[in-house]
Amino acid sequence: MEILKYEFMRHALAAGLLTSIICGIMGTLVVVNRIVFLSGGIAHAAYGGIGMAFYFNWPVIPSTMGFSLGASLVMAAVTLNNRQRADTVIGVIWAVGMAFGIILVDLTPGYNVDLMSYLFGSILTVPGSDLIIMGIIGTLILFLVVFFYKELMAVSYDEEFAGLRGLPVRGIYFSLIAMLGLTVVMVIQVVGLIMVIALLTIPPFMMEKYARSLGTMMAGSSLLGACFTLAGLYLSYRFDLTSGAAIIMVAGTVFLVSLGVEKIRGFIPRTVRHAGELKR
Amino acid sequence: MDFSYNGEPVLSNINLTIREHDFMAVIGPNGGGKSTLLRLILGLLKPDKGKIRVLGERPGKHSQALGYVPQNVHINDHFPITALDVVLMGCLGTGGLFGQSRRTRKECEKDGLSTLARLGMADHVRKKIGELSGGQRQRVFIARSLMTRPRLLFLDEPTASIDSRGQTDFLNLLETLNKDVAIVVVTHDLFAVSGYVKSVACVNHGLHYHSHEEIKGQMLETMYACSVEDVCRMQVLSQVLPGAGHKSAGGADGNP
Repeated sequence: MEILKYEFMRHALAAGLLTSIICGIMGTLVVVNRIVFLSGGIAHAAYGGIGMAFYFNWPVIPSTMGFSLGASLVMAAVTLNNRQRADTVIGVIWAVGMAFGIILVDLTPGYNVDLMSYLFGSILTVPGSDLIIMGIIGTLILFLVVFFYKELMAVSYDEEFAGLRGLPVRGIYFSLIAMLGLTVVMVIQVVGLIMVIALLTIPPFMMEKYARSLGTMMAGSSLLGACFTLAGLYLSYRFDLTSGAAIIMVAGTVFLVSLGVEKIRGFIPRTVRHAGELKR
Repeated sequence: MDFSYNGEPVLSNINLTIREHDFMAVIGPNGGGKSTLLRLILGLLKPDKGKIRVLGERPGKHSQALGYVPQNVHINDHFPITALDVVLMGCLGTGGLFGQSRRTRKECEKDGLSTLARLGMADHVRKKIGELSGGQRQRVFIARSLMTRPRLLFLDEPTASIDSRGQTDFLNLLETLNKDVAIVVVTHDLFAVSGYVKSVACVNHGLHYHSHEEIKGQMLETMYACSVEDVCRMQVLSQVLPGAGHKSAGGADGNP
């Protein structure tokens, strides 16, 4: 494994695996709660945080995290009280956050060569200090999800019933979105903010049909995500491709192939079942 | 008790008492406030005027004593969860913020399995919720609501997701459950439940209540008008039944 000779490769592997695990867990919650669009909104609005980091010369990860956390809580508040119009408001925050970041970068003197890496990821240049931050956040999210597993499951499955049982539904929802905000910043490091949604949703979506519990869906998605990340990293190393794009292409290809296989396999039983229903 | 939604009165002058071991049908036209009344009793909504008391306390205080089976059993069909896990959700909120201790969790699982078995679902315990039929899913939701051993069980349009063949089985099941728990069924199909219920509350902005002794013979024919007509014919009902509902509860709005 000559690929592991390089320190940046070892860092990239660690970052990729860490991200896969967290994406598997949070992505599962995103998919079952149908907040994919909201996660996209958080990811893009997070660019505002990157812009602020450049303009004020702050450290990038903490300021992006702060900004993304703020944006996600605003979105949580909006979606909680106004479900019908939620998508519009998310779209606005999505765009405004991004525009804010771009303008701040424009106003920052000097040439910023790094910008593309936030759009498409920079897994090959993850420094050790970022790995530590990612590790801490990952552990925090893992701990919260394990600890409040039943509550998260109940609120995700049947919010009304959870409320009747006296669970703090709003609090749990806000925490979920805040955790999502933190996750998104981590994933931006690996695949960039444009492709965050793919890594967050493809593995859980593929697992949903086979999993019999949220836990297995999370574990399976993490494993699947790790495979995509490793394969993508290898391809990007072997053929000198942008790592984030390579990871997403692997995930997307496997997803489409599995969808195709399923359609073909599902066609015959479905027609039989349909005929049975008609008879009944 | 009064309730209005966005300034528009939905329920006015409601006065209703649900007795122990009652089997009540709540009927009335769409938009008449049946589900709203249910949500008020459950504490999901708050009345503008008047009081609601569940076992002498505010709704919500006794959430364990109230079981609720929602109308829509098709929520989150693809959710990765087994029938048993849905039922175990019924144990939530019974053990404080940090969930139950290990022992009670085991007890809860045992309880859940026996409740599912009692509802004839023993073979479907480990199946995913999406693999079950509408009627089976409804039994799962009933089992979930029974986990706290409620004193009062609310079912919102329970016959809507069951075909007519299954309805008799289902109503027999409710009759069995009724030995331990008072049941309130919101329905627009009074005929289906007529052989089972002990009292009927007709809700159309106001409320009219009939206890067991009164819903016999021609009563049902009169009630039929209530379920199919656009308007609850409370005036007609009260003429047929002078003094109706004065024994344990009264519909103040339509009384003669």
